[in-house]
Amino acid sequence: MNDVLINLKNLTFFYDGDKVLDDLSLQIRDKEFVTLLGPSGCGKTTTLRIIGGFLTPHSGDVFFDGKRINDLPPHKREVNTVFQRYALFPHLNVYDNVAFGLKVKKLPKEEIRRRVTEMLETVNLSGFEKRNVNQLSGGQQQRVAIARALVNYPKVLLLDEPLGALDLKLRKEMQLELKRIQQQLEITFVYVTHDQEEALTMSDTVVVIQDGVVQQVGTPQDIYNEPKNAFVADFIGESNIYDGIMLKDCLVKFAGVTLPCVDKGFRRNQPVDLVIRPEDVRFVNPEETELIGTVTSVIFKGVHYEMEVMVNDLLWVVHSTAARAVGETVGLAVDPFDIHIMERMFATDKNYVDGEVVEEDIIEFLGVRFKRENLGIPAGEKVRLTIDPEDISVTSEDISDATVYLESLIYKGAYNELIIWLDETELILHSQNDEEVATNIGVKFDFDRIEIKPLVGEKEAAE
Amino acid sequence: MTKPKKKRKIGSNLYLAFVFLFLYLPIIVMMVFSFNESKSRANFTGFTFKWYTELFKNDLIMDSFWNTILIAVLSSVIATVLGTLAAIGISNMKKFSRKAVMNATYLPIINPEIVTGVSLCLLFVFFAGFFGLQFGFATVLIAHITFVLPYVILNVLPKLRQMDKSIYEAALDLGCNPWKAYWKVVLPEIMPGVFAGFLMSFTYSLDDFIITYFVSGSGFQTLPVTIYGMVRKKVNPQINALSTILFVVVLLLLILMNLKGAKSAKKAKEKNV
Amino acid sequence: MKKLVSSPYLLWMVVFIIVPLFFVAYSAFTNDAQEFTIGNFSSIMKYTPVFLKSLWLAVVSTVICLLIAYPLAFVLSRKSPRSQGMLVMLIMLPMWINFLLRTYAWMTLLENEGLINKFLELLGFGSVQMINTQGAVVLGMVYNYLPFMVLPLYSIMCKIEPSVLEAAQDLGAGRFQTIFRVILPLSKTGILTGIIMVFVPSVSTFAISRMLGGGSNMLIGDLIEEQFLGGAYNPNVGSALSLILMVVILIIIGVTNTFDSDEMEGMLV
Repeated sequence: MNDVLINLKNLTFFYDGDKVLDDLSLQIRDKEFVTLLGPSGCGKTTTLRIIGGFLTPHSGDVFFDGKRINDLPPHKREVNTVFQRYALFPHLNVYDNVAFGLKVKKLPKEEIRRRVTEMLETVNLSGFEKRNVNQLSGGQQQRVAIARALVNYPKVLLLDEPLGALDLKLRKEMQLELKRIQQQLEITFVYVTHDQEEALTMSDTVVVIQDGVVQQVGTPQDIYNEPKNAFVADFIGESNIYDGIMLKDCLVKFAGVTLPCVDKGFRRNQPVDLVIRPEDVRFVNPEETELIGTVTSVIFKGVHYEMEVMVNDLLWVVHSTAARAVGETVGLAVDPFDIHIMERMFATDKNYVDGEVVEEDIIEFLGVRFKRENLGIPAGEKVRLTIDPEDISVTSEDISDATVYLESLIYKGAYNELIIWLDETELILHSQNDEEVATNIGVKFDFDRIEIKPLVGEKEAAE
Repeated sequence: MTKPKKKRKIGSNLYLAFVFLFLYLPIIVMMVFSFNESKSRANFTGFTFKWYTELFKNDLIMDSFWNTILIAVLSSVIATVLGTLAAIGISNMKKFSRKAVMNATYLPIINPEIVTGVSLCLLFVFFAGFFGLQFGFATVLIAHITFVLPYVILNVLPKLRQMDKSIYEAALDLGCNPWKAYWKVVLPEIMPGVFAGFLMSFTYSLDDFIITYFVSGSGFQTLPVTIYGMVRKKVNPQINALSTILFVVVLLLLILMNLKGAKSAKKAKEKNV
Repeated sequence: MKKLVSSPYLLWMVVFIIVPLFFVAYSAFTNDAQEFTIGNFSSIMKYTPVFLKSLWLAVVSTVICLLIAYPLAFVLSRKSPRSQGMLVMLIMLPMWINFLLRTYAWMTLLENEGLINKFLELLGFGSVQMINTQGAVVLGMVYNYLPFMVLPLYSIMCKIEPSVLEAAQDLGAGRFQTIFRVILPLSKTGILTGIIMVFVPSVSTFAISRMLGGGSNMLIGDLIEEQFLGGAYNPNVGSALSLILMVVILIIIGVTNTFDSDEMEGMLV
């Protein structure tokens, strides 16, 4: 059960000069239902297409059953694909679509008939053999696409957002159906989706990918309960994410309070991210807690109420079956094991970057130049700049100081924490606005507030 | 409100009638006079079939008719094969080279036919000097393939573009090598475009006069070239007879095609219900 | 491999489309003895009136085609789908007969002893000289190339939804305002395509002018034909004429900007 079937080693892939996969490694075991989960443009489909043989990685290796298959063309691989929009052959009927792969392999007619019939039965399409594929409903087309792939008895079935075009009800049905087929046929499924709920429902293993990098691999329970970082926590389910400081083992300070938790092994006073799921927050009497706030919004969500509570200027989202009134003063409580502590995605509170004084009073860093009157550091000197996240702001590109790539955006209760790439360097900034991730945006620096220190001086001081 | 609308409708129908009269009057007159006993084109003196029988006895016309058919069949078949392959290649090109190739492809379409004819004529004169190429069947065939090729490409390319690219990948995924995938999946998908390109090539080849006129030389004539030779000598009722036959044949073909189209549309409709 | 399949065509294109055009250019700048010269161009200066006449007759024909075709296309596009198909087929039908035969039909009608003159005589107007006039040449061009104008206009007008016109009326546009502010701007590309498709064959024709214009109405096409296949055999001068004709037309197409390789596909199919 635990034998590795597909082994991806250090895959790198560029598309139009952009790095889509960044040193991605992943192991997929036999008979497993693996889901590659991530926002659009994260590299999940690219990974799938590399396994299918439609793309060749620019570096790194693909092993299948222990053999390197980087250069093996798709038609010689023991995998089959269910394509995003099905890619059924419009000129063939249902039977001929499903029989296509077997006919190419020139199997005996009798066997083809037997296998196609059997597979159409498996996907509940018996009696549809003669139908024109264009006249089928979306769900039926989907089943044909699955049967067409599975009839070849592949070792692995690759599914590229196969349910994306279906409506919600049908999608739920097909999720269960797919899971049933996978268990019945005992085939490895590699499933690509951006729908976290779908991933959690169907998978044995979920692989969260962002920006071409695997963020976390684990069972759906692991991923939900123990997210490795703020990105995973934010992407999977709803969450409150805050900045915190680990005072010592099992004690964390955040949101103006100090609470016990169960995480150990962090440095003393290490800055951390912490996540609290909305359903883990309880209402208590204000006298019993330090977390006291005012309800600012209440929305009925069918099973529960979603409420927003302002505590010390931080927003808490709370799910509860009992509604509170807007404007009511409430106390909140969280159990220690419901506070999940994570490493920061950005290691420091502020940005520390190196620059150079290029001429008198002119400093250049990461391709950006600015002037500081009476700097007093001679030209040619290297300097260390400290930039507060509050001193970088997002603007439209035409008036910006630099165009940057937005890697992630996470709401931290009072502001969005944005991680951006400028000149191959990661920077952090805070903003009140939402921006689209994985795109280029313009940023402006508050140059007067940047701290500048000569690097040499610092070195000497350290010595 | 209804009254002016009705008036407008009568006006527009009158206008349509006027235009169709303009389009068809000359043809009808010609058809009527193809049965005229005398050579007069103003007085109908009596009914006869003699121009038709003379037409079929006219070796020059019959020879050039068969030449035209031969050239049209060969050039459209060759152009369809070359053009379909070309379209597949072009659709896989990078944007820059695709633009360059397409601009060259449009040249025979946007250039005046006389310029295309003259340019090929000069090329063939050069070839005649070098390889001893004779003006005739070969030069006409080459010229026809050249000017119908763009029409094949222009018919096939949009079909390739509309096609869901992943069906090609699906064929690879199901065990086809690239050649087989094109043959079994892509070709059936673009077939309507290929067929339309073939038909267009065939009719354009049948109909061409100007380019053929410049590259045919004296020994090998297609029907349009022969017709030009005849109409310049003015009076010849055989031409009326020929036009009449062509018109009737085309009319019958179109009616047949329309009936068939209506039938298959009806069939498809029934199937859907 | 996918790109290689187009190589037979690319070779064909270079040898039979590109290279021949270079032959035209080469021939235009050389004399009998293969020496470089611009004499061909100075010797055709005397044909300037012919050039101007060709351009003028082509412009007149194009304008007349546009005036006839524009209302026609609009009327067609508002008919029921069934009659639309029928009527468009009827407009196309004459195109299936070779243009020489269609021109011949007019030749016999316009003759001095032709049917029209006979009719006029019966009405007591007396015979009128029609054949071998500029008017006859224009008539021939309009008759032959009218469908080229109708089809692009018709296909673009089919794309104008009736609701757009209703919206214009709803917003207070009168009949003429609807035409000039909505229909005309929306059909601009169709108009330009139609203009090019009528103008190019009109300006370069030689058969129509020969048949309906007689010897006295020589156009550029006739001049070129004369240099290659006629009595005035001189391919170098003929090439110079062709080159100028081609450049003029390419400039006109460039100016009207009708030729966009991506749009063309749609227009033709």
